[in-house]
Amino acid sequence: MGNLKRNWPIMTLVAGILIGMAAPLALGMSAPGFYVEVLLGGLMSGVLYSLVALGFVLIFKASGVFNFAQGAMVLFAALAMARLAEWIPQLTGIESRLVGNMLAFLIAMALMVGFAWLVERLVLRHLVNQEGVVLLMATLGITYFIDGVGQTVWGSDIYEINLGMPKTPTLILDGLFQGGILINQEDLMAALVAGLLVLALAVFFQKTATGRALRAVADDHQAAQSIGIPLNTIWVIVWAVAGIVALVAGMIWGSKLGVQFSLTLVALKALPVVILGGLTSVPGAILGGLIIGVGEKFAEVFLGPILVKAFDLAGGGIENWFAYVLALAFLLVRPEGLFGEKHIDRV
Amino acid sequence: MSNRERHIGDVILKVDDISLAFGGVKALTDVSFDVREHEVRAIIGPNGAGKSSMLNVVNGVYTPQQGRITFRGGDGRPLTFDHMNPRRAAEMGIARTFQSLALFKGMSVLDNIMTGRNLKMKSNILLQAVRLGPALAEELEHRAFVEQIIDFLEIQPYRKTPVGRLPYGLQKRVDLGRALAMQPTLLLLDEPMAGMNVEEKEDMCRFILDVNDEFGTTIVLIEHDMSVVMDISDRVVVLDYGKKIGDGTPDEVRSNQAVIGAYLGVAH
Repeated sequence: MGNLKRNWPIMTLVAGILIGMAAPLALGMSAPGFYVEVLLGGLMSGVLYSLVALGFVLIFKASGVFNFAQGAMVLFAALAMARLAEWIPQLTGIESRLVGNMLAFLIAMALMVGFAWLVERLVLRHLVNQEGVVLLMATLGITYFIDGVGQTVWGSDIYEINLGMPKTPTLILDGLFQGGILINQEDLMAALVAGLLVLALAVFFQKTATGRALRAVADDHQAAQSIGIPLNTIWVIVWAVAGIVALVAGMIWGSKLGVQFSLTLVALKALPVVILGGLTSVPGAILGGLIIGVGEKFAEVFLGPILVKAFDLAGGGIENWFAYVLALAFLLVRPEGLFGEKHIDRV
Repeated sequence: MSNRERHIGDVILKVDDISLAFGGVKALTDVSFDVREHEVRAIIGPNGAGKSSMLNVVNGVYTPQQGRITFRGGDGRPLTFDHMNPRRAAEMGIARTFQSLALFKGMSVLDNIMTGRNLKMKSNILLQAVRLGPALAEELEHRAFVEQIIDFLEIQPYRKTPVGRLPYGLQKRVDLGRALAMQPTLLLLDEPMAGMNVEEKEDMCRFILDVNDEFGTTIVLIEHDMSVVMDISDRVVVLDYGKKIGDGTPDEVRSNQAVIGAYLGVAH
């Protein structure tokens, strides 16, 4: 059982997460209905984390770049979407909000694709075969550049994206649980869209010729080149996909929280997600997002009150740091994440 | 061998006065040789003789400081370059395998070989992405071709297995399969039999000769095992310390004093 012996830290951690999730229900701290409500809330924000984390993983796999700019891309895309949706009706006189939003979305998407092309042209192409740190610094540069340009072009106030979805919570399943489950229709829709996009990306990567070429580049640059896969085109594609993912994430969050600078911080939550799921794993990003989403909601709702009572704290805010602590624990016991490739060097 | 000789055609690849240095280390010095259509051409030499460097120059991974490469691609027109680049080489019909395997380890055998069809795929990326209409038909057509290669290399049972889990000898076959999927005019094999046991080597020899016979593919291979090289090649180039010291049929090379010296050491 050498396997078990070697793996005990990660086993303990996973068991801890599972027990932590089951405890509130088992200890009777919450009614089943409320428990499911918190769980759903966690899953819904989790699916958004998954989405942004996917952007990280795609770029990292295909180009070996740890893309620090992912958060800034979310903000930039959301700003573009918000402002275009505001300007288009003024400029063209289109009345329908749906059409206006659609147009704004398409233009913002085109902008993100253009951005991907520029990044390849102006940055990546010139840094082929450079150290990871050099590329990371380059993405830091890109981060501040698009933060700044975003403000110059779109403005720096708080803007709103109005998708015309009802934000009022509704009660569902009140036959099944006592008191029913309170759910926000907009959140549900957002989770659905994010889930579909995640699914579509997974299919794109696993089942299509382009996806196969992307995976090939991710696995081995040199071999991919020798069979004629064009690295430059592949890079543009992954950055464009990451840009579109950023746009969808930015749109959903923007509609919920308003489009403002703090969106980049929400996007930063993708960092603990990829640490937990593994920087090189698409399923890891998806599952990691869900675990972080549910974990932090549970920590906030169930763990929070216990801590407050035990240490006489002011309370609140667990949601903000829980993900990072979890990621830290993972870094200590399993740095490659749940599904990441363990790096073995032959010596 | 007389039957084989009849098939051998004109010069398809010619390298002239190639010199390559890394900083102060000279990997290749004024190396020239040619490869004829449909032949099996071997490059041999002791460790560090510059064999892999030579292959990397032909395939465009390395840029030589001096010299020219002339290659006659699929359209029959010879083109001369100062240096190749891997993508252009692939487009002109040069495929290669790698000494230290460079397979896509996380992907299945089938997917690995399918990537070799990438350049042959014509439908545009958007159609490919949604797998609709012509893109789907095309995918199926390529899939059929790849299945033939899988049959040919006798790796049917491992079709869906991630390549990283296969034993070394089989991985080498997948590497060959991916190169064959490109339907290359010229196939470069970098030590196709390194690290194999006798049985695996015999299999690989058989595959190489079959590829050469059945598809008429021109093959340039690097190999350490002298007996293997002498058995399967039509002509042999011998490199030592980056210089060409012998060139000719296996028999000529075997009796060449400089070659014997390089391999066995010379009494000074």
